[in-house]
Order: sequence, then C-alpha cells, then structure tokens
Amino acid sequence: MSAFINHFSFEFRTGIRNRTLLLMNYLFPLGFYLMMGFIMPAINPLFLDTLIPALVVFAILAATLLGMPDPLVSAREEGIFRSYKINGIPSISILTIPALTTILHLMIVVIIITVTAPFLFDAPLPMNWVNYALTFIAMAVACVGISLLIGVISASTRMTVLWSQLIFIPSMLLGGLMIPYDLLPDVAGKFSQLLPATHAMNAFNGLAMGAADYSPWGAPWGSVIVLTLSGVLAFALAIYMFNWDRHNTTQRGHPIFALLALLPYVAGIFLL
Amino acid sequence: MEDIVIEVRDFRKTYGDFVAVDGISFDVKRGEIFGLLGPNGAGKTSTLESLEGLREPNGGSMRITGIDPTHEPRKLRNIIGVQLQTSGLPESITVDEAMKFFCAYHGVEPRYDLLDRLGLEEKRKAQYHQLSTGQKRRLALGLALAHNPSVLFLDEPTAGLDVATRVELHNIMREQQDEGTSIILATHDMAEAEEMANRIAILLRGKIVTTGTPMEITATGAGLTKVSVRTQGSSLSDPGATFPAVSQHVSKDEYDIYFSTDIGPTVSAIIAHVQARQDTLIDLRVERPSLEDRFLEITTSGDAQ
Repeated sequence: MSAFINHFSFEFRTGIRNRTLLLMNYLFPLGFYLMMGFIMPAINPLFLDTLIPALVVFAILAATLLGMPDPLVSAREEGIFRSYKINGIPSISILTIPALTTILHLMIVVIIITVTAPFLFDAPLPMNWVNYALTFIAMAVACVGISLLIGVISASTRMTVLWSQLIFIPSMLLGGLMIPYDLLPDVAGKFSQLLPATHAMNAFNGLAMGAADYSPWGAPWGSVIVLTLSGVLAFALAIYMFNWDRHNTTQRGHPIFALLALLPYVAGIFLL
Repeated sequence: MEDIVIEVRDFRKTYGDFVAVDGISFDVKRGEIFGLLGPNGAGKTSTLESLEGLREPNGGSMRITGIDPTHEPRKLRNIIGVQLQTSGLPESITVDEAMKFFCAYHGVEPRYDLLDRLGLEEKRKAQYHQLSTGQKRRLALGLALAHNPSVLFLDEPTAGLDVATRVELHNIMREQQDEGTSIILATHDMAEAEEMANRIAILLRGKIVTTGTPMEITATGAGLTKVSVRTQGSSLSDPGATFPAVSQHVSKDEYDIYFSTDIGPTVSAIIAHVQARQDTLIDLRVERPSLEDRFLEITTSGDAQ
C-alpha cells in the first residue's frame, strides 16, 4: 500500500512539475474558461446556462485526451516501463495511478470553475450537486479510459496527437459545448452521440443543471451509463493491450481492438 | 561443490527468422564478476533481458538462484538489481523520490546512504533531467543496489564517467563481490572487463566463442607477444638481425617491434645481437596480448568454437 501511495504522490506532483501536464491540467482549461466566460455570453447570452458544464467538459477533454497519452508513449519509448517492470511495478499501477491523479487534478479545476463562474460571469450553479458530481466522475472515467487506450496503442507520440484530435476536435464542434445539440443537422447529431462530450452535456444538463428538456433523445441517466461503461471497457482494454516496451514482440491484441471501447456509444445510438 | 547462482543451458532467442542467441550455456558462481562481451548484435542484450525476465526464451533454460525468470517474475524482482544502460526514470523525478519510489516497491527502507556514497548528496533534490550523464549512471547503480540483490546486472556501468567516478564504481563492485553478490558485467570496455571480471564469455553471432578467466582467454590466442626495442646505434637494422620465433617485425618511432611466438629465445637473441655489435640498449619492453587484442582477433576472424 505504501508503494501505491508513494507512486500516487509522485505522479500527482508530476502533473504540476511537468510543464506540458501543468498546461493541460490547469493553464489551458482555466485560460480557456476565462476567455470563453468573458467572450461567449456577449455573443450568445444563452451560453451562460451551460457555461459551467461546457467548461467542465472542456477541462476533462484537455487534461485527458491532450495530456495523458503522450507521457505513456514517451515512458515506453524511453525504457521507463522496462525499469518499472524489472523493479516489480505492476502494469495496473502504471495505468491506474496516472488515471487517478488526473482525476484529482480535474477535481481541483472543476471546483475552481464551479466556485468562480457565478461571481465572475453570473453563471447559474448546478441544482443537483450529487448528479453533478456523478456526471463529472462518469465523464472523467470515460475520457481517462480512452486516453489510456490511445497511449497504449499508439506507436509514437505523433500518433497520439492524431487519435486524440480525432475525438477532441469533433467533441468541441459537435459535443454541445459551443453549439447546442438541437441546432445540429440530424446526421451530425447522430454522429455526435459517438462522442463522450455529447453524453456528458446531455447528463449535466438533464441531471444537474435542471434542463431536462435539453436533449432531444433524453435519457440522461443512459448517458451516464454509456460514459461509465465505455470508460471501464477502455480501461480493461488498455490493461489487456499494455506493452512494456517497443521491442516487445508478444504484444496482445491488434490496435484495432481499441475500437471496442466505442461499443457503448454505438449501443446508445440505438437504445437511448 | 561450487555455489552456482546463475545457470544458463542451451538458451536460444529468436525474433522471427532472426536467431539472436543460438544455444548458449554458462554458469555464474556466488560472488563472481562475470563479463559478457561481444560486438553489437552478438546477443548480449537478448541474453541479459531474458535473465532479467524481460524476454521469453525460445529454447533452453535459465535459473537465477533456482528461480525461472520467465515464469516466476515476482520472486525474481527482489533477487536481482539492474543498472540499465538507458535512463529508465521519468524526467521530473528527484533523486530522493526515485530512491523512495523503487524501495517502496521492493518493500525496503530507502537507502539514502547509497546516494551519499555515490556522490549524489548535493543532488538529492535535483530532478532527473538536471543530472549529468555520470550522475544518472550513479543513480541507476544506487537504485539497483538499494534492495541488496544477490545478482547485479550492469550494462556499460562506467560509460561516460570520469576517472574518479569510475574508480569509485569499481570499488563498489568489489565490495558487492566481497559480500557475495554475483555480478554480470556487459561492457565494451575491454580494460574494465580485464580488470574486474573473474571470468569472461565472448559472444559472436549468438554463440559463445570463448569463455574463461581474462588470463586464459588472452593465452589461448595466436600467442604473439610484442617486444619493443630501442638502441643507441643501428645494430637492429643489420641484415643479420633476424631472431628466433619472430613472426613479424615493424619499425615505428625509433623502436623495432617484434611479434614473437616464444618470448625467451627472442629476447635473449636480441640482447646478444645488440651486445655483439657493441651497441647500447636504451629500452626494451615486453607486452603480452591484451584482452582487447584477443577480442579483436576473435571477432574479426569469427572463429566459433
């Protein structure tokens, strides 16, 4: 247990010491929050209603998709995991601990956004705090799972950028952060249901912010379930496909297996 | 009966069609420093990585204190210490944190005394990326030793180190040896191998081409001993200056250099010749073949046993 706590403590400090992680965990989400908070309500006053959930979702996407995969690939390439393996550090710790520390960093950012938004921008607070916390955890688990999976399957840091942006950019455009779901064309709306951001916005608005009619497909609890299931599935796949080093010739599973993590989203399109 | 700590039998490692190691066998005794030498691609890394439990052998068997590295990795972790050639540490970890971190996973108290011993006392709060190459290597050795392993794997331990640090590392290796730790030393530095190793195995194209003590290995070569002679006059330039057992003669920097297969008659004849010509001997040096000479001889000729 002391080894786990020690590892967790070091990894948490790394999230602040490492400039890239500091940027993705704190500076980028909080900077974007301030920028959007000052600009967007002047352009679209209705944005204020979703300012807190939208910026919370953005913070999660930035810290996970943009912050987590690269260190995994770099550590594998630089032989850090080999050294961990020789010293008996289990693969589950290598994946679980960055996941937990990223969620802890995110909690700090979410608290800052939630506490300051009403004072700075007159943004409405969540009406149901328990559901707000549950949705945050579900979205964090979903994105952490996908990010770990990207880090595990990517052959290089360039590939992590490609995979991460494939989710990050559509999430920003179609996930309901900037443009409400009901303004999207039908096809784009359906496609957006493959994105964790769309489900998070659906759940935040329907369960926490008191806007149950926000989503045309409703079922905000269904979105929480989809997020949680996909996160758990992605994490399990990442553990299964984890590779200690680039020379390992016994890697389990083809990278295409990672697409299985999308199954809950596909099921959601038909079931929700 | 000798106390065998590492036992390798008919070990074979392949990558697809490529045979990296082709059925090698060797033993390492308790408290022995065993040098593993060979040119790049000879199979050293595959052998080391399989012993460390990082690779699965394709044939043969390996045991470290009776433990199978492939199938008993958890037991292996506390038995072995590995100083990796590459960094193996996150850039932002401090020296103190690294010691605490690895010791926690080995279930032992952090050995900060080792950091002081390795000259890292001033750097304990420094992050890994702020250390010099030598400091990184010293830290890697400290971490490898922290849990008192029975077997230590050192991969190019003194590459890039200054002379003083190199001597200090050699002293630490000898202390570990005295305490009964077996050390496998993979190095390209022949002088280091000759000085430190009790026994050596030279690998070439996946096979062990020779094994023995450094003296035994150098003695089994072509056996040419170098005799360098400098005289005041030019007696050695005489047409009659031919000596027994000399296979080759060259002149360089005012020295006449003879390569002899039988040193006694050669040296006696040279001295007698110089004296007979009323010449004066200024310098005479006899150098036996070094391990490096023997290594080059083996690796260039590729004569597998």
